[in-house]
Amino acid sequence: MDAITVEALTKRYGDTLAVDNIAFAVAPGATIGLLGGNGAGKTTTISMLLGLLVPTAGRITVLGHDMATDRFAALARMNFSSPYVALPHRLTVGENLRVYAHLYNIRHTERRIAELADQLNLGALLNRPAGELSAGQKTRVALAKSLINRPDVLLLDEPTASLDPDTGDLVRTWLERYRAESGCAILLASHNMAEVERLCDHVLMMKQGRIVDRGSPADLLERYGRDTLEAVFLDIARGTGEAA
Amino acid sequence: MIPAGRRIWGLMYRHIALYRRSWPRLLELAYWPTLQMCIWGFTASFFAGRTGSAAAVTIGGLLGAVLLWEVALRSQMGVAISFLEEIWSRNLGHVFVSPLRPWELVAALIAMSILRTLAGVLPAVLLAWLLYAFNMFSLGPALILFTINLMVMGWWVSLGVVSLILRHGAGAEALAWSVLFGITPFAAVFYPVSILPPYLQPVALALPAAHVFEGMRAVLAGSAFPWGELAAASGLNLLWLAAATLLFARQFHAARVRGALLSIGE
Repeated sequence: MDAITVEALTKRYGDTLAVDNIAFAVAPGATIGLLGGNGAGKTTTISMLLGLLVPTAGRITVLGHDMATDRFAALARMNFSSPYVALPHRLTVGENLRVYAHLYNIRHTERRIAELADQLNLGALLNRPAGELSAGQKTRVALAKSLINRPDVLLLDEPTASLDPDTGDLVRTWLERYRAESGCAILLASHNMAEVERLCDHVLMMKQGRIVDRGSPADLLERYGRDTLEAVFLDIARGTGEAA
Repeated sequence: MIPAGRRIWGLMYRHIALYRRSWPRLLELAYWPTLQMCIWGFTASFFAGRTGSAAAVTIGGLLGAVLLWEVALRSQMGVAISFLEEIWSRNLGHVFVSPLRPWELVAALIAMSILRTLAGVLPAVLLAWLLYAFNMFSLGPALILFTINLMVMGWWVSLGVVSLILRHGAGAEALAWSVLFGITPFAAVFYPVSILPPYLQPVALALPAAHVFEGMRAVLAGSAFPWGELAAASGLNLLWLAAATLLFARQFHAARVRGALLSIGE
């Protein structure tokens, strides 16, 4: 059974078609990249997968649960990270993680927080207010929050945006390790093409709310006759290239 | 702890941790009720000095009204401001993608409202006793029943405010502070319903608070326990609470349709 199944998914805001009849599936242990320019429909798609947004049409199933009728059962086994959604700034890192450990009903809260602190090098930050952290530290904390419930499905919206190369690499390495250890399915929306090439087994290219192409990074490079995924992305975004 | 209880506690813990780290927030809780108590206490003393034998009832009536109305105000603000704290910290996206159900969110906000009300009103109750020898607990068991009714009124008003914030975004947040002040003239807090013009009296009688304060004045005047007023207040609260819950559920769903849960602070 696929971890995520999306069928004929559509989202319309008045006259604007934000997501137009898309379909895809994510197998357990796979990482799928969701690529596209600004306004392509990536964040709208992720919001619908998380139950934050009600689709106009179509069906989403996560871990066997229909998100229209049974989303809380799925949400307990999912998680999400985005640099555009903050954690309360006045609370310390430890307090923030404790809040989410309660919300996800995690047993042995302190042990889980200590594990994550150890794995993501957060030990020295646990007693610092979240608002006083650097962008890189905040991203690591957000990642710790998104892993607090050992999710089977992880949705990441630009997880390494505004990170320096070192911290970005640390995050990517950690995601590879977590996926290998847990069999978690990951859906990754990113503008970092090198990151997508490194992490993703399969890529969905979105434009104006539609999936206009899909395939493994190697397939796409070959089909468009390009050396980098960034060149493929530009071909699709600008309509300057065609797949062979 | 059962999962729902754990999630409710999780959200309460988030707010308690915030108050532990922010003394201005703690001060703000007690500041206004204490200030109101001082102003109305001295005003009541002044007028009571001129009314002779009615002095005790005048002071008691005004101070009781001030304290009980603060219960409703603090209770309403407790829910609305706790919800606004999530918007201000841009944390709603994380909260709503967790398994926290909307009713659990409301339960956590109500639990925080009870804590905030106790922290805000108890210092004023103590001050009323120290400065004016007014013992709020002289109302006896009626105090508990009146207090519960006013807290419930605060909750359904705040559910209405939260619904408006979900519908109109941060532009509606000023209502979190002002909405009950707007109701005050019709709530018969400081004067009987009969003082109002006849065309406004039905408005007052549709509010649970008017029945609570009519009952409070009856108790302070030594009349029989006003079971009728209490029943009217409780019945109206149930009706208004049901309507506000329906409104909240509809606006929450509408916010999910519009995609407002992530952008609500803007």
